[in-house]
Amino acid sequence: MNDRVGGSPRRVGGYGRVTGEQEYVADIAAPDALHVKLVTLDCARARIVSIDTTDAERIPGVKFVMTPAYLPTPIPRFGPQFEDRPILAVGETRYHGEPVAAVAAETKDAAESAARLVKVEYEALPAVVTLAAALVDGAPLVQGPEVRPGDPLSTTNVLREHRVGWGEPEALEADKADLVIENVYDFPMVTQFAIEPHAFMAAPDGDGIVVWSTIQHPNWLQRVLSRILGLPLSKVRVLSPDPGGAFGGKQHAKYEPLVAMMALRAGRPVRLVLTLEETFQAVRRAAATIRVRTGFHSDGTFVFQDIAADYLIGAYADIADRVVGKGSYPGCGSYRVPAARILARSVLSHTTPSTAFRGFGAPQVNWAVESNIDAGAVALGIDPLELRLRNLARRGDPFIPFDTPADGDWEQAARRAAELIGWGTPLMPGRGRGIAFGIKSGPTTGLSYSTVRLLADGSVVVYAGTSDMGQGARTVLAQIAADELGAPLEWVTVVMGDTAVVPYDQQTSASRSTVLMGNSVLHACREIQARLQSMAARLYGVEESTIVVERGIVRVADLEVPIPDVLVRGLGRLGGELIGIGEMRKEADPEHPLGGSAAFFEFNCTAIEAEVDRETGDIAVIRHVTVSDVGKALNPLQVRMQDDGAAIMGLGHTLMEHYIYDDAGRIRNLGAIDYRIPTSMDLPLELVSDMIENEDGPGPYGSKGMSEGALIPVAAAVAAAVRDATGVVIRDLPLTPERVWAALRDRP
Amino acid sequence: MNDDVQRLPISVTVNGDERVLEVAVHHTLLDVLRDDLALTGSKECCLVGECGACTVILDGRTVDACLVLAVEADGTSLTTIEGLASEGRLSPLQAAFLDHGGVQCGFCIPGQVVSAHALLQDNPHPTRADVDEGIAGNLCRCGCYEQITEAILRTAEASGR
Repeated sequence: MNDRVGGSPRRVGGYGRVTGEQEYVADIAAPDALHVKLVTLDCARARIVSIDTTDAERIPGVKFVMTPAYLPTPIPRFGPQFEDRPILAVGETRYHGEPVAAVAAETKDAAESAARLVKVEYEALPAVVTLAAALVDGAPLVQGPEVRPGDPLSTTNVLREHRVGWGEPEALEADKADLVIENVYDFPMVTQFAIEPHAFMAAPDGDGIVVWSTIQHPNWLQRVLSRILGLPLSKVRVLSPDPGGAFGGKQHAKYEPLVAMMALRAGRPVRLVLTLEETFQAVRRAAATIRVRTGFHSDGTFVFQDIAADYLIGAYADIADRVVGKGSYPGCGSYRVPAARILARSVLSHTTPSTAFRGFGAPQVNWAVESNIDAGAVALGIDPLELRLRNLARRGDPFIPFDTPADGDWEQAARRAAELIGWGTPLMPGRGRGIAFGIKSGPTTGLSYSTVRLLADGSVVVYAGTSDMGQGARTVLAQIAADELGAPLEWVTVVMGDTAVVPYDQQTSASRSTVLMGNSVLHACREIQARLQSMAARLYGVEESTIVVERGIVRVADLEVPIPDVLVRGLGRLGGELIGIGEMRKEADPEHPLGGSAAFFEFNCTAIEAEVDRETGDIAVIRHVTVSDVGKALNPLQVRMQDDGAAIMGLGHTLMEHYIYDDAGRIRNLGAIDYRIPTSMDLPLELVSDMIENEDGPGPYGSKGMSEGALIPVAAAVAAAVRDATGVVIRDLPLTPERVWAALRDRP
Repeated sequence: MNDDVQRLPISVTVNGDERVLEVAVHHTLLDVLRDDLALTGSKECCLVGECGACTVILDGRTVDACLVLAVEADGTSLTTIEGLASEGRLSPLQAAFLDHGGVQCGFCIPGQVVSAHALLQDNPHPTRADVDEGIAGNLCRCGCYEQITEAILRTAEASGR
């Protein structure tokens, strides 16, 4: 099997994953650890009157019950954007599942029993769980004005407004266009549903602390804990074993500060493993209502896009407001749009704090804008693919005027998808086709360090702070190092997930790691290659400049010497190793609306053929084609797995997934029975994924990030196929059988 | 409370080894596998028998270990994910999962492999539809279903030769 760059070797770390040996956080043996159980209330918003732990503490094995009384005053708060989330609720709870106390006990049984015996006296208060309720005059404020002094929005539930636009304001007037299509679209609350529930453990460690977490961003967590605990970074060690799926939901700190405080109080390890229900209450994607006005010329070219998107975020900001700003920003899509106005608001509510989730705010606006484009194509009588191609940005177009120009030949991806779906060919009765384009801004800033050690026998250790949560970063980084340093892949070890050992990496998000950490590792390898060059010059008595080291080979005049041969002779009798340090930065730009331009864009075209059962409203996806522009697939099988996975996840929120809240702000469909995600029985009859490789990305060998694109346009493509099949247009997700059936029944 | 927890002795054959232990009557088989026997390959996710991450084979049938009380397993024979590789050598099915890209984050994979193992024992030459149905009780949020199905079908093909 080809294990070089461009090949698809077995996943590095795969052995442990198929044998059950892989240790996730919840699997780590810690016989002396106390078990933690959270105490929560049966409503979203409540005034806490008192907490009585007497009965709970009588349970044998219970060590203590953590309440705010045992935490510093004012209670430490944290959050990646605003430090608004308290370690435990103080005074008032703000969402269903927010912990008010936590039990530490010798056994899980004791912790669970005691948690039920903690007596919390509280007064349930009205909760806002919808955009309408949050935005109405006089709505209860989720966060009091004292939290945001001086902010004119602080007397409302609007956390922030994000405005982006270009062109003259009058260009947005209706009379400038031959056709204006205006509609409102809804996107539901959905949850990441990583199969691994979040898990945390903490233990005092000499004069510091060690914290294990399923976190995606161990270095960010280290900073949060360092600040809250008043410890230098060097005394906070975060261990983050490969997460069992994350999808954005594990980016930022959740209960680690609580667990760390409890470990310090206990003087011994404590462990908290969430139930799946608790993870539903901990992380989700923002719901959104999006109004889109699109102006068209009669030939289908755009005159303007006018987008107003309200995102329903949760009770604390987490990273949600950034999701709103960054996700809505490329809202006009991958097109040349002469005039644009985008207003996106993050609206607080008494619900689970929404956070990053694959696509990072882009799927919501894409659903609306691509659907509106489909409506325009129908109204103008222009083929929806043709209309899109007339507007599509070509390479180098500054399609978002103040950002990175279009960085791919996106038309190729669109045409490939059209070909694979058989666009324009006859359909069987009852079937329809839909197509949509998706785009996402890559990382706007970044900093990834790495260390690579070429050991004396030619084997390699790579230290990289990326989290491998399934996307396969460990494999790709190993392939790069193996290729550059001439080692067999199985001679490469990639060390991740330990802030005491692995150098700093900003984060694992925005599909950045192949590009940013990949380049960092490449740079580290190049540093080692430069050392090999001097070594070879010395050994062969020639000028350094005559020696070339590349892809595992040292070229000395006509000789091609394998790297290990030069290394062993060059290191000499004492042996030793060569060490390379990699650094890859994506600098911020304070003038830019997002604080930095896109390192790359993820472009995907999705095309769907679907059949609608007119009796039941059930949608059968007959063929699902997804084509991403990936620059260069360093590992084509992993690229396909990420594209397939994103496509299937997209079908989840398109066809079946959504939270249901009741009036008390409780999620009524907590858990796997009542919240359905796609199984092997819910797949398209045919899932076809393909990729475009022009080696035009900023990553190693021309690669781009690609793990989110294939999710973004799924909903709009499926809805367009339903429209094509039935003539019925639905603007609410998910497209459940009930909703489709009702739309078919009600159609004029 | 642990003083008054009722415990019962059970004897169960796990991956060929007979294990005799005392279990709390309310503990599930999954609790006992993970906490008492340190067999953490079976994963804990939904605890309501929907996700399949804790799938084990009990007397030849796949069960969700989270839905079986440990005392119910008394006298049975169990195969868990830890029992499929022998002496560090992957079973053909495990190898196929890796070769065909059936594994991403890996958290659901022990359950998937165990389900697939049982499927092939019952039905050595399944159709694609048989496989889709056979693993329908195993959620994979990474969305590796196509590759998992491929791995199972190829394993069946190879063993038929």
